[in-house]
Amino acid sequence: MSIDVSKKLATGSVTRDGVAVHATDLCRCYGEGDTAVNALCDVSIDVPTGHLTAVMGPSGSGKSTLMHILAGLDKPTSGSVEIDGTEITTLDDTALTKLRRKHVGFIFQFFNLLPMLTARENIVLPLEIAGVKVDPDWFDEVVGKVHISKRLTHRPAQLSGGQQQRVAVARALISRPTVLFADEPTGNLDSKTGGEILELLHDSVETLGQTIVMVTHDARVATIADRVLFLGDGAIVKELPETTPEEIQKAIQEIGRR
Amino acid sequence: MLRIALRGLWSRKLRTSLTAFAVVLGISMVAGTYVLTDTINKSFNTLMASARADTSAVVSGKSLVKNGATSDQPTVPASLLARVSSLPGAASAYGVVETESARMIDAKGDPVGPAGPPALGFGRDPASIGRDGAFKIIDGRWAKGPGEVAIDVASAKKAHVSIGDTIRVEGSGPLQSFRIVGLLQWGSSNSLGGATMAVFDLPTAQRLFGLGGRLSEIDVIAKDGVSPARLVAQIKPLLPPNAKALTVDEQIKEDQSQWSSFAKIIRYALLTFAGIALFVGAFVIFNTLSITVAQRTREMATLRTIGASRRQILGGVLTEGLTIGALASVIGIGVGILLAAGLSALMGAIGIDVPRTATVYAPRTFVISIVTGVVVTLLASLGPALRATRVPPIAAVREGAVLARRRSSRLRQIASGLLLATSLAVLGVGLFGSFDQSSQRLLTIAAGCALFFIAVALLSAYFARPLARIVGAPGSTFGGTAGKLARENAMRVPARTASTAAALMIGLALVTFVSVLAQGFVRSIGVAIRKQASADYIVMANDGYSTYSNAVAGRLARVPGVEKAVALRTDTVIAFGKQISITGFDPKTASSVYKFDWQEGSNASLAKLGGDGAIVTDSFAHKHGLGIGSPLPVQMPDGRKLRLRVIAVNKQPELIELLGEVTVSEKAFDAVYRNPKTTLLTYLRTTGGESEAVAARLRSALAVFPSVQVLTEKKAIDTQSSGMNTLLAMFYVLLGLSVVVSVFGIVNTLALAVFERTRELGMLRAIGMTRRQARRMIRHESITISLIGAATGIPVGIFLAAMVTTALSRYDIVFSLPVSSLVAFTLATVVAGMLAAILPARRASRLNVLEALQYE
Repeated sequence: MSIDVSKKLATGSVTRDGVAVHATDLCRCYGEGDTAVNALCDVSIDVPTGHLTAVMGPSGSGKSTLMHILAGLDKPTSGSVEIDGTEITTLDDTALTKLRRKHVGFIFQFFNLLPMLTARENIVLPLEIAGVKVDPDWFDEVVGKVHISKRLTHRPAQLSGGQQQRVAVARALISRPTVLFADEPTGNLDSKTGGEILELLHDSVETLGQTIVMVTHDARVATIADRVLFLGDGAIVKELPETTPEEIQKAIQEIGRR
Repeated sequence: MLRIALRGLWSRKLRTSLTAFAVVLGISMVAGTYVLTDTINKSFNTLMASARADTSAVVSGKSLVKNGATSDQPTVPASLLARVSSLPGAASAYGVVETESARMIDAKGDPVGPAGPPALGFGRDPASIGRDGAFKIIDGRWAKGPGEVAIDVASAKKAHVSIGDTIRVEGSGPLQSFRIVGLLQWGSSNSLGGATMAVFDLPTAQRLFGLGGRLSEIDVIAKDGVSPARLVAQIKPLLPPNAKALTVDEQIKEDQSQWSSFAKIIRYALLTFAGIALFVGAFVIFNTLSITVAQRTREMATLRTIGASRRQILGGVLTEGLTIGALASVIGIGVGILLAAGLSALMGAIGIDVPRTATVYAPRTFVISIVTGVVVTLLASLGPALRATRVPPIAAVREGAVLARRRSSRLRQIASGLLLATSLAVLGVGLFGSFDQSSQRLLTIAAGCALFFIAVALLSAYFARPLARIVGAPGSTFGGTAGKLARENAMRVPARTASTAAALMIGLALVTFVSVLAQGFVRSIGVAIRKQASADYIVMANDGYSTYSNAVAGRLARVPGVEKAVALRTDTVIAFGKQISITGFDPKTASSVYKFDWQEGSNASLAKLGGDGAIVTDSFAHKHGLGIGSPLPVQMPDGRKLRLRVIAVNKQPELIELLGEVTVSEKAFDAVYRNPKTTLLTYLRTTGGESEAVAARLRSALAVFPSVQVLTEKKAIDTQSSGMNTLLAMFYVLLGLSVVVSVFGIVNTLALAVFERTRELGMLRAIGMTRRQARRMIRHESITISLIGAATGIPVGIFLAAMVTTALSRYDIVFSLPVSSLVAFTLATVVAGMLAAILPARRASRLNVLEALQYE
C-alpha cells in the first residue's frame, strides 16, 4: 500500500496535508423567503486522502445534497469546497469540467453506462473524452481488480447488474481521480452482489490508495469504511471512526428518533 | 465523442432512419429535378446540334420581342435566297419554313398528338432535305407539290394512317387535306418531346402557314475551305435590317438557349417545392432530435460527470445531425434518380416522350444535394444540440429524464413575439414595397413566410394546450377512456405537440393559401370579364389562350342568326422600351360588345381610330403622361417603327384585361402584322340570344377550324377557371410532398412517446386496457396533433392569402373562402393522423406487459 500511495504522490494529485476534499461552513437553501428549506446547514468536513468516508442518514437528511456539493454537481448557498486545493464553488463550467477530468470520479446507483458502448469502451470513455492516452498497464490492473476482463466486449445490456457496476467502478478508477464519489452504489443490487461491490471499493482504497466518498443506506459499509458520518436535518449529528454494523444500526435508529 | 454519436445512431437504427426520411424526400426532389432537367437539356442540345450537322451558316429574321410573346415570327424575304446562294463562298443554300402550329387532324376529327407540345410544320425544298441531320425519311419519299405531305412515324401511328392515306392539317386558315407520301423521323430519335411533325415542300408550306414570299431561315453550306465566319462576313452586306446571319455554332447556341431558358423555369419551380419540403423536413428533424435529447438527459449528464465539456456535448449532437443529413442526402440522391426515371416514363406514357440519349449525372447535382441535405439537418439540429449542452451534470443522479427548464420562458415569449413582428414586417415589405426585380420581391416574400412559419410554430407552444382541449373534444367524448387519455397525452408536453403539429401546419397553410387565392382569382376572372364585355357566344382556341385564324370571325358573321361578330386581335409591340400588348378591333362594331369606361374621349372617338389612331389604357397613359393627341411611337417585333397618335383613354380592370395597353383599328393591325393568326377572342351577338339551333350552326361553321371552340359566355368564363384548377391540382400534388414529410414527423413523435411511456402503457394494460384501446389511444393522440396542425395551418393560410389579396387590390381580386376545400383539407388531415398512428399504435398494443413494467 505504501508503494501505491507514493505512486499517487508522484503524480501530484495528493495534497501535502493528506486532505483530498476540504469543505467549510456549507449551507444549501432551496426556495426563497418563508418557504425556504435548509437542506444543509453549516457543515464542515475534511475528506482524508486514501480513506473511505461513508455518509449515512435518513431520507431528506441532506446526505445526497452534501455529496453533490462536494463533487461540484451542485453549488452551495454559502461556504466553500476545495478539491485538491482548488476552490470549486466559484469555478465556471469549463474549469469545473477540467477539474472533473483530472480529480473526480463517479459511481452511480443506476450504473449510468452508455448502452451503445462495450464494457471496454465505457471504461476508457473518461480518458477518451479528456483526450488522454490509455495506459495499458493501468487498464489491465483496473480491469483485473474489478474482475471484468472476460466481459470487455459485451454491451451493458448483456451484463448483470453487478457486472455493470464493476464496469462503472473501473470507469471511475481509470483516470486515477483524486476523489471518487459513489452515490448509493449498492442501492440497485441484491445483497450478495452489493457486498461484492463494497469489497471492491474497499480493495481499491487498500491497494490503490483511492480516496472515496460514499453515500449509502447499506449498514454493511461499516466493515469497510474508515469513518462514517451521520447526517440529520442538514447537519452532521454523529461521527463513528472504526465501527460495526450493529453500531450503525443503533446510530440510525437514534437519529430517526430525534 | 464522434464514436459515441455514431454508435448512438446505430443503436437506434429505426429511429435514425425515420428521422432521416424527413430530409430524404426533399433531397430526392432536388436531385431528381437536376437529373431530369440535365438529361432533357443534354438530349435536346444533342438533337439541335445534330440537326445542323452539314450547315455552315444560318440566315434568319430578328425579333425584338423576347420570350416568344408574338405570333409574328421572324422571317426573311424569300428573294434573299437566290442572292445568298450566288455568293462566292456558298456551295449551296436552301430556304426553310418552320412553324409551331401545324396541327394534324385524324379521320375522326381529333387532333393528333398531345395538347402541350408544339405541332411542328416545315416547308423544305425536296432537293435539299435529308442532307442535314434533321430529317430522315423512313418510308416513301419527300413531299413534292401541293397536296402532299410527309409526317413523322409516331404521328402516323397515332392517327392510324400510312403512305397513300389522307390527313388534314390546320395551318393559318381552314383545314386542308394532304396525301401522305412519306414517313420520317427527326435525327435518330423517334420522339421530340411529343411534338408532331409535318413536312411540305416550300411553296405549299408558305401558302398553308400564311408566309407568302417569306422564309423562316436560309441554311447556307460553305464551299470547301471557306470558314463559317468568312461565309457570314460575305452574307452580312446582303442582309435587310431585321435579319441576321450566324455561324452554325452561334446558331446552335441560340437554338439551345431558348430551350434551356424554358428548362430553367421548370427547374426553379420544382426546386421551390423541394425547398418547402426541406423546410418542413427541418422542423421534423428539429423536433425528433429535441425529443431524443430529452430522453437521453441522463446519458448526457453522465458524460458531463465523467469529464465531457459542453462543447463536446454540442459536437456530439451536431455529429448526429451531420450523419443523419449525409445519410439522408445519399439516400435522397438514389431516390431522386429513380424519381427522374419514373417521371420521364410517366411523361412518355402521356405522349410527351422525352428524347433521352443517356441520363446525365452532373457532379453539381451530387454536390448541391449533399450540401443542402447536410446544411438543412445541421441547422435543424443546432437547437436540440444547444439544449443538450444545458443539461447539468447533476441530472445524472436524478430520477427520471426531466430536462432543465428553458432559461426563461418569458424571454422566449418575447423573442417569439419579436420574430412574429419581424416576419410580418418582411412580408409587408415584400408585398407592398417597391422592387426593381420581381425575383427580389418573391425572395423577400418567401423569407417573410419562412420567418412567419417559425414564429407561429414557436408561439403555438403556448396555445397548443387549449387547442388540444378543443380539437381533442370529439375523441374524448366518443372515444371512451382511450380518447380521454389521448387528449391528456397530447397536452402533456405542449411544446412537443406544438412543434410536431407545426410541420403539418406549414404544408396546410400553403395548401390553404393557394386554394383561397385560386378561388379569389376564379371569382375575379368572371367579374372582370363581365365588367368588360358581354356577348351571347365567345369563340376562343381550345386551350383558351392561343391565337387563331383571322378568317374565323368572317365565316361566323355569315352564319344565319349572328348579328355581330367582333374579333379581338392581339400581339406584342414595343413602346417606351418595354414589351406591351397591342389589340386590334373593328371600331364600327367593337362598342356593341365591349363596355368602354372612357377617361378621355367617348364612343364617338372610335370613328377617329383610322390608320394611326390608338386607344390607350388609363394606367399606361398615366405612366407615360399620355393624353388625347399625344404622339405614341411604337416598334414592331421585326424593328419597323410606327407613329401612332392617342385618340382616347379607356379604363379597364388589371386582371384579364381584354384589351392591350394600346388598341388600334383592325385594318391598321392587319397592315403591320403579317401572320393571319392573330385573333384571340371573337364575341358573337345573336338574334334572340343563346339557342341550341344557332350553337349547332356555329359549330358546323367551325368544323374546318378544329383548334377553335365556340362557348356561351358562362362556359367561356368557366374555361378560364378550369385552367386555374389544373394549376391548383399540380400545386396540391407538389405541396402534398411536404405534408407527407410532416406526417413522418408525427410518426416519429408518437413512436418516441410510446417508447418513453413504456412503463405507463404496461401499467394501463395490466389494469385492464385492451390492445384495441391502446391502439385507439395512440390513434386519437395522432389525430389530435394533426388537427392542431389544421387548426393553425388553415387560419395561417387564410391570413397569408388575405395579405396577398390586399397587395393585389388594384387587380380587383376578391377574397373568397373555398369552404368545401377547407373542409376537405381538415378531413384529409384526420386521415393523415390516422395513417401516422399505424406504426406507433401497433408498437403500443404489442407491448409485453411484464417486460414493460420491469423496464427501467
